[in-house]
Amino acid sequence: MSVVAGDVQAGSAGTGLLPFRLRGWRWFALAVAAVVLAPLLVTAVSWLQIDAQIWEHLRATLLGRLVTNTVLLVLGVGTLVLVLGVSLAWLTAVCDFPGRRWFDWALMLPLAVPAYVLAFTFIGIFDYSGPVQSQIRDVFGTSAWFPPIRSTGGVILVMSLVLYPYVYMLARTAFLAQGVGLMEAARLNGLGPWRAFFRVALPMARPAIAAGTALALMEALADFGAVAVFNYDTFTTAIYRVWFGFFSLETAAQLASLLLLFVALAVFAERYSRGRARFYQRSVPGNQLRIRLSGWRGALATGACGLVLAFAFVIPLIQLLWWVAGHSLADFNAQYFGMLGRTVALGAMAAAITVTLALLLAYARRAQPDWLTRRAVGVSTLGYAMPGSVLAVAVMLVFTRVDGWLAGVLNEPGGQWLTGTVIALLLAYSIRFMAVAFNSVDSAFEQVRPSMAEAARSLGAGQGEVIRRVFVPMLRPGLFAGALLVCVDVMKEMPATLLLRPYGWDTLAVRIYEFTSDGEWQRAALPAVTLILVGLLPVILLVRRSVAQRRQLSAQPG
Amino acid sequence: MRRIVFPLLVAVGVAGIIVGGTRGGGEQEATAAGDEVVVYSSRQEHLIRPLFERFTEETGIRVRYVTDNAGPLMARLQSEGRNTQADVFMTVDAGNLWQATERDLLAPVDSEALEQAIPAHLRDPEGRWFGLSVRARTMVYSTERVDPEELGSYADLADDQWQGRLCMRSSQSVYNQSLVAMLIATHGQERAEEIVEGWVANLAASPFSNDTSTMEAVAAGQCDVALVNTYYFGRLQSQDPDVPLAIHWADQDGAGVHVNISGAGVTRHARRPEAAQLLLEWLAGAEAQALYGALNHEYPAREGIEREPLVASWGDFRMDDTNLAEAGRLQTQAVMLMDRAGYR
Repeated sequence: MSVVAGDVQAGSAGTGLLPFRLRGWRWFALAVAAVVLAPLLVTAVSWLQIDAQIWEHLRATLLGRLVTNTVLLVLGVGTLVLVLGVSLAWLTAVCDFPGRRWFDWALMLPLAVPAYVLAFTFIGIFDYSGPVQSQIRDVFGTSAWFPPIRSTGGVILVMSLVLYPYVYMLARTAFLAQGVGLMEAARLNGLGPWRAFFRVALPMARPAIAAGTALALMEALADFGAVAVFNYDTFTTAIYRVWFGFFSLETAAQLASLLLLFVALAVFAERYSRGRARFYQRSVPGNQLRIRLSGWRGALATGACGLVLAFAFVIPLIQLLWWVAGHSLADFNAQYFGMLGRTVALGAMAAAITVTLALLLAYARRAQPDWLTRRAVGVSTLGYAMPGSVLAVAVMLVFTRVDGWLAGVLNEPGGQWLTGTVIALLLAYSIRFMAVAFNSVDSAFEQVRPSMAEAARSLGAGQGEVIRRVFVPMLRPGLFAGALLVCVDVMKEMPATLLLRPYGWDTLAVRIYEFTSDGEWQRAALPAVTLILVGLLPVILLVRRSVAQRRQLSAQPG
Repeated sequence: MRRIVFPLLVAVGVAGIIVGGTRGGGEQEATAAGDEVVVYSSRQEHLIRPLFERFTEETGIRVRYVTDNAGPLMARLQSEGRNTQADVFMTVDAGNLWQATERDLLAPVDSEALEQAIPAHLRDPEGRWFGLSVRARTMVYSTERVDPEELGSYADLADDQWQGRLCMRSSQSVYNQSLVAMLIATHGQERAEEIVEGWVANLAASPFSNDTSTMEAVAAGQCDVALVNTYYFGRLQSQDPDVPLAIHWADQDGAGVHVNISGAGVTRHARRPEAAQLLLEWLAGAEAQALYGALNHEYPAREGIEREPLVASWGDFRMDDTNLAEAGRLQTQAVMLMDRAGYR
């Protein structure tokens, strides 16, 4: 999940990233790791109590199918987000075709659409009783065939359409940073455009692409909302089945910890395969020499971008608005502004806290790159891979225990200092979305080559000055991007919000849950549209930033 | 501009917390301090809020509540233990209520008013939970392609004549889990498994995620009959009175229509048990019971309450009067049975 490959060499002051060392950082990293680990440990403790009967039942009936399904989901979503994310990023970052400037930012919009919303919208449109198939039957008769949407392919498609922006965004930034110079060099060495892409541009962008794919896959594995709408059995649905059907929270936690273990292994494998290679990119500002796609190739590029955008964003939004107009406008009342305010407030606060923690963690890893600190930092980002509801319960268990302990110490029975407070909710968000913030912040750190700090140092800059004049300006875009991503994710978050919110703190996601849990998709459309529109704000800010960044790059003399 | 984003985020957050905190959606005007009752509910906000508002108007007791799935709420109640602020636990499905008693989350209530209002099979024998509304799970069929004479019991849907004509909601749904639990109670494990296997063999489409989609599939012609809770049909019918679907009351020659409940109980460690009991008694009263059904096309748990016209138009039926605690006790067995039968 981390973009940084290998270790930053410790040793003499000259070779480290930072020209100075601070001892306290280890303790900070360990403290954050402990906060994240507490709920994960609660999950692990569940192994003390194994219900053999349930496990035997799972083995005999469900396990085969859900492992197959989960593997298919990971492979399918992994492949599709890679293909979509990388190819679209390549088109908009390096090529030129009609509509490119517009698609450049528009292709990020699906980030604002929660997977569970796209899932029920897609089924609403494309299932047997939906408008599309009904039309087809009207025209071609009842025997007309249409690919079933509630299928493995349908789940993969929906998930990929909401998750590809992670890859797109990071790959695009990487391609832009490579500059045209790199491609020119490759072309001068006799590589055609395709081979230059596969042999030079793609390997160079690999850390960014891997980070984006890792985020997408972790989200896909932890998803419950979308797979539940599709009635598609995965590890997560099994967790819920065991919990709600067999009432065994222990077995559910065991399944969740297995899922987590699997994710952790995958992350380490990816990191290991990348080895000790490091990819410091020099942002060579090139003049805007793009590969021009004209004629049918340009039309193809425009068509491909348009198709993805239509299915991931435009068509679902139209369907939702249609439902709003027909069904749920009556639900609109003053309550909505309160919900809107709370949704935005939680997103903003959580973003600020999480990014601050991520920044300190990323710094800690460089200030004190020993084994323990690095592991602690790695652990701090694991919360993202946990199914939201299991993590929410684990966090809740920790909080209530702390409360119980406090009540005993302070001799104030019934007191609640954490459970049901905004603080608890914000902490839960930070634990869950640390990986998102950390990835952005850490890849921003990656851009700061050790030689920069060294150079500043050798020019006589002090510690404070290095931080203020070298690190802060270079990190700001990463911090900004991380904060916006966390903000969008928090606003979409459902299970932790449901379980940990204070009384009366209903958000848009809570309202969507209330309606969808009862199959009232049409009535869920109003909060869903509102949530998408609110989520667009940070996404648009994110886009503006990256566009501005590129202008800045290309404006500099080459 | 970038310089101001971070402080801006914090400022928006703080402002929002102040606004959101003071205008909390679930909170009503504070009355005298302490005159309140806290509810954990898995029944949706828009169905309980009007009732709570009326209760506060009449009694002056403020109701604070939080909604979530029954599972997480029970985990929270259990973990909070004596520290909990919840006085009432309210949920749908007898299985959940039974589970809450298994974990000792609910305290017995000795209330003559409740015992008189709620029929015995819709409440816990020991008074730890009380059904507040009744939901019937039965067949909805296409009036265009099905002759109602063809329809009989739940078991009949396993017959070959329904091959490729049946639509079902997912077995993940607690309503189906309770239904199968009651099949086990009526027919025994072996026969129940045959029935469920028969259903699976007759399915026209992979199971749906909710009752509404299941009925829409029947209306669109993907299948001819479905098993759903009647209030979903009520919603569909009130949106589109001409929808070509109708209700068949299942099993009228046998055990009767399978019913489930939404219900509530007083929590084991309630700090305001009197107020909690008062809320339950009020909810079981005639006024609340009429409103309960009207809000969601459900059946009142209390006898002698006039039904809403739409609900009344579906006619009378005989319900299975096995005590619903039975459905809770057999739920795990039912889920395992559905897994074995390949019912997803």
